[in-house]
Amino acid sequence: MLDKIEWLASQAFDDLHKIANLKELEDWRVRYLGRKSDFSQILRSLATLSPDERRVVGAKANDLKIKLEESLTQKKSSLEDMVFSSAIDALDVTLPGKPVTLGRLHPVTQTLNEICDIFIGMGFQVAEGPQVEWEYYNFEALNMPADHAARDSFATLWMDYESEPGHKPMLLRTHTSPVQVRVMERTRPPIRIIVPGRVYRYEATDATHEWMFNQIEGLAIDTNITMADLKGTLFEFARCIFGKDRKVRFRCDYFPFVEPGVDVSIDCFMCAGAGCRLCGNTGWIEIMGAGMVHPNVLKRVGIDPDVYSGFAFGMGVERIPILRYGIDDIRLFFSNDLKFLQQF
Amino acid sequence: MKVSVKWLRDYVPITETTSEIAHKLTMAGLEVEDVEVIGGDWKNVFVGEIIAVNPHPNADRLRLATVNLGSKQVTVVCGAPNLIVGDKIAFAEVGAELIDGHTGQKAQLKPAKIRGVISEGMICSEKELGISDNHEGILVLPHDALTGMLLADYMGDTIFDIAVTSNRPDCMSVIGVAREVAAQTNQHVSIQTPVYAEEGVAIQSLASIAIKDPDLCPRYCASLVTGVKIGPSPSWLQQRLLASGMRPINNVVDVTNYVMLEYGQPLHAFDFNKLQDHRIEVRRAQEGELFKTLDDIDRKLTKDTLVIADGKRAVAVAGIMGGQSTEVTDATKDILIESATFNAAILHRGSVALNLRTEASLRFEKGLSRELPLLALKRATELMKELTGCKVAKGIIDVYPGKEDPKQIVFSAWEVKRLLGIDLSVEEIITILTKLDFECESTGEAEEIRVTVPWWRTDVTCKADLVEETARVIGYDSIPTTMLSSSLPEPQTLPMRSFRQKVQDVMVHCGFQEIITYSLTSIEMLQKLSPKNEYEGSQPVRAAHPMSRELEYLRTSLRPGALTTLVRNQRYKEAAIQLFEIGSIFLHREKDLPKEKEMLCAVLSSVQPKLFWQGTVELVDFYTVKGVVETLLSQFGIEAAFNPGDDESLLAGKNAVVVVDGDPVGVFGEIHPRVARAFDINDTAFLIELDLEKLFSYVVDIKSYKPISRYPSMIRDIAILVDVAVPYERIRKVITASSLVNQVVLFDLYSGEQVPQGKKSLAIRIIYQSSEHTLTDIEVDDVQKEILDALSHEFNVTLRS
Repeated sequence: MLDKIEWLASQAFDDLHKIANLKELEDWRVRYLGRKSDFSQILRSLATLSPDERRVVGAKANDLKIKLEESLTQKKSSLEDMVFSSAIDALDVTLPGKPVTLGRLHPVTQTLNEICDIFIGMGFQVAEGPQVEWEYYNFEALNMPADHAARDSFATLWMDYESEPGHKPMLLRTHTSPVQVRVMERTRPPIRIIVPGRVYRYEATDATHEWMFNQIEGLAIDTNITMADLKGTLFEFARCIFGKDRKVRFRCDYFPFVEPGVDVSIDCFMCAGAGCRLCGNTGWIEIMGAGMVHPNVLKRVGIDPDVYSGFAFGMGVERIPILRYGIDDIRLFFSNDLKFLQQF
Repeated sequence: MKVSVKWLRDYVPITETTSEIAHKLTMAGLEVEDVEVIGGDWKNVFVGEIIAVNPHPNADRLRLATVNLGSKQVTVVCGAPNLIVGDKIAFAEVGAELIDGHTGQKAQLKPAKIRGVISEGMICSEKELGISDNHEGILVLPHDALTGMLLADYMGDTIFDIAVTSNRPDCMSVIGVAREVAAQTNQHVSIQTPVYAEEGVAIQSLASIAIKDPDLCPRYCASLVTGVKIGPSPSWLQQRLLASGMRPINNVVDVTNYVMLEYGQPLHAFDFNKLQDHRIEVRRAQEGELFKTLDDIDRKLTKDTLVIADGKRAVAVAGIMGGQSTEVTDATKDILIESATFNAAILHRGSVALNLRTEASLRFEKGLSRELPLLALKRATELMKELTGCKVAKGIIDVYPGKEDPKQIVFSAWEVKRLLGIDLSVEEIITILTKLDFECESTGEAEEIRVTVPWWRTDVTCKADLVEETARVIGYDSIPTTMLSSSLPEPQTLPMRSFRQKVQDVMVHCGFQEIITYSLTSIEMLQKLSPKNEYEGSQPVRAAHPMSRELEYLRTSLRPGALTTLVRNQRYKEAAIQLFEIGSIFLHREKDLPKEKEMLCAVLSSVQPKLFWQGTVELVDFYTVKGVVETLLSQFGIEAAFNPGDDESLLAGKNAVVVVDGDPVGVFGEIHPRVARAFDINDTAFLIELDLEKLFSYVVDIKSYKPISRYPSMIRDIAILVDVAVPYERIRKVITASSLVNQVVLFDLYSGEQVPQGKKSLAIRIIYQSSEHTLTDIEVDDVQKEILDALSHEFNVTLRS
């Protein structure tokens, strides 16, 4: 009896080895483990044996049954793996996927959001103001009285509106700075704002000039705000936008609404300051104008310049993607060609 | 402002390389935009003298010139017409780097045999030397050029092209720049006092000067020279004018220009004998007064222009341009030299009004010092005597109604610390300011000084200006870097901005590309939207002097920009174009800035079904567009009703008004074919326009949480027949009125065969769910029966079998 069991076992294992698919495996199961199988008959015939024989043969048979069942499970899972990993029903993975329409923000909006987020992280709050302004806010309140020569650097688009004969005081703002004044009129220090928005110049357009563009203005007013703080703030900004190794250079410049005035450059990220086409071989790229808010500007809004000080800065927004992505024509931004917009 | 370094050396020792100086000036606010080295390439070019000119044996148009170079003589072949024995010329030896007169490219001079004669070098034209484009003949040098010396030593120079900011008119002069160079390189400026002999009668008895409006002309100085011989200026003066970008004219005009470049004070020379009554009067022009300026143009003046008049008429537009009637000509003998200060604002206004910008007006309009005219006048008189052989009448007329005391500012080290964040002692500050000729004295208070501003620094008026002066000298680089440490302001949010950003996000998620279009447009664009060719809404605000007809009016609608952009992108044949803009429109208000209203405008069009290998993707239709609107509204918890609309730009029956709480907040629908044609849109297109400010007021900011039911839902589908005219929304409302109804989905709409005439069949899935218990079939049956009864009662709805 024991021999027969041994023989059946070796037969079963031999057959199991040869099995190549699930169908054969099922046949094998019926043949060796099914109710009518030799093995089942042996187990049923145990009752006819003596108690001693029954114990020995029974233990052996049970042991073998467990082994056969384990092998069956193993074989089954390995055969299933083979089926799932075989390429019988394989899809052509190179066929195109179902198109999903993806929208995008305009690159200028993306840049504005990015810049705002950086300054919000430094405790600045976003402020906004009108695009059509009074001459007062655009010029006078910013220390540029009527007929001031510095107004020439802001080619102005005046509106056809007369407050009195011969005087047209309404314009499209030439910079975001008027919002500084509006905020200072209604808020007392501490003030820490940034002002994104459209600005306008009377200018013929070409690859490097556009009559409408965007600016971001910054203003911080409190006791003891210094130019060193301005440097720190802009340094942090430059690192966030242009990479952590950027250096910031301040040099003297003139804007009527700040004193001392600063022209802010970063070291060229293309050549790291060695001089290349991007930076015009100077190693530096001008990115904005800045300075300490002029005492006349503070006085006009009723902030005592002997108690408070502050800094202001302003930069062109389009210039940042222009530098970053090597865009060679500023007019691309507002011509809204999808082939351009979809690149960002 | 072009400044010759050679000229600068007259006033300040140049102790550093020109590139170091250029860098220092740039950092200090005088941006050197360009450094031009004249003669940097003239390695083998020498001053030579033509000692013989002979015909070329084999060519009629060529000649042989023998040139003395001091150490040797050479003979070259030359085609220039202006070869004159005795002239000094620039001679290039073989190996010199010259610009080829024909190609304009740089090339090395090689030995050449021209028509059989060997040429051992070349006599150069200005073009070949890179001085100008003149290639007509050879450059003839002044006779003081020493034969045999390097041309670079004789004519070489470095020219700084400086962008002078408008607050520094003092630096629109060589002396002004010299002062800056001195301060930046620890040197001192030395300026010679003009000296000349006067003779004859006193000027006061020959001429008279009156200032009618002292506010506009705080000072007027004049000297008189007689017996002038008009002729060319000496070469050194001509060279300096040329190096500064000015054209030499004659000795008199050149002297006035030279002194303007040197001191920064514009001067004017009148032909004294043409001045009626030998009188000068400074006054405002009469409104409409006609005047012919030197450039031969008749100009109509306004009372906002200042003129110089003689006894009878205007003879110059003050500080801007002289007139023809008293112009210096070859016949002029006696000259009145004017050196005055004019009010900057009126000069600026006048030159803008006349659209006339001159070297003089560019200086005056920035505000020149009142101390400058006398110094400059003396210098000009000295040069006039030296160069024209004239006599100088005794004295000077100096009418000076606007004399002011020197400016004084009380200043302290604290002020520097407060604005720059640097600790400097008062002694250090005194040292720094003294370099720029500020006089400092103690006020008696500790750490405090009284600073007297040098007369030429009209820009320095307050403490902050002195802080900048300090920073310029120590260098902006030495300012430390710190982070803001002051207290944060009260948190203030800009809710409209956050709302706008969320709307942008929803639109982007819905597959729309954001666009940004111009704020100015044309009447024609706005008219395209209307059937009667009238623009809708308020009268658009116009630009006073539009840049073009296309950019004449502030936009009163975002539609033209969006539709134009759609058209521009049609050519790409994208399956679907979906664009949106969020921006302001500008609505006229009486006596106020226009109302800037923030709008959303989106446009969609399907050029063709999107091709896809599993079958095409559907075209955009009205309901695609409505889906976008619904998605947007639902993001903000806004419940809106959609009513049939009557927007003139949209197709009747295919447009809807979005209404929130009875308030119309926007429209959407299919673009009217007439509008589509007007904009050249080829395909069916749709538009959404929402008033973001109105919409914002309906945003539900605080969303409340509803518990999720733990009990299973039950689904029932029904098919009903109803009159075609009954809007679906009314049926939906009846169904959702029942409390157990959780969701209603319309999944089929059909009319046609098998549906009676005038009826439509709606297939609706109703999902029932209770938050309190598991629903039973009987319960749902009862509710559904109630619903059907209500529908039948209200709309005569029947169940479709």
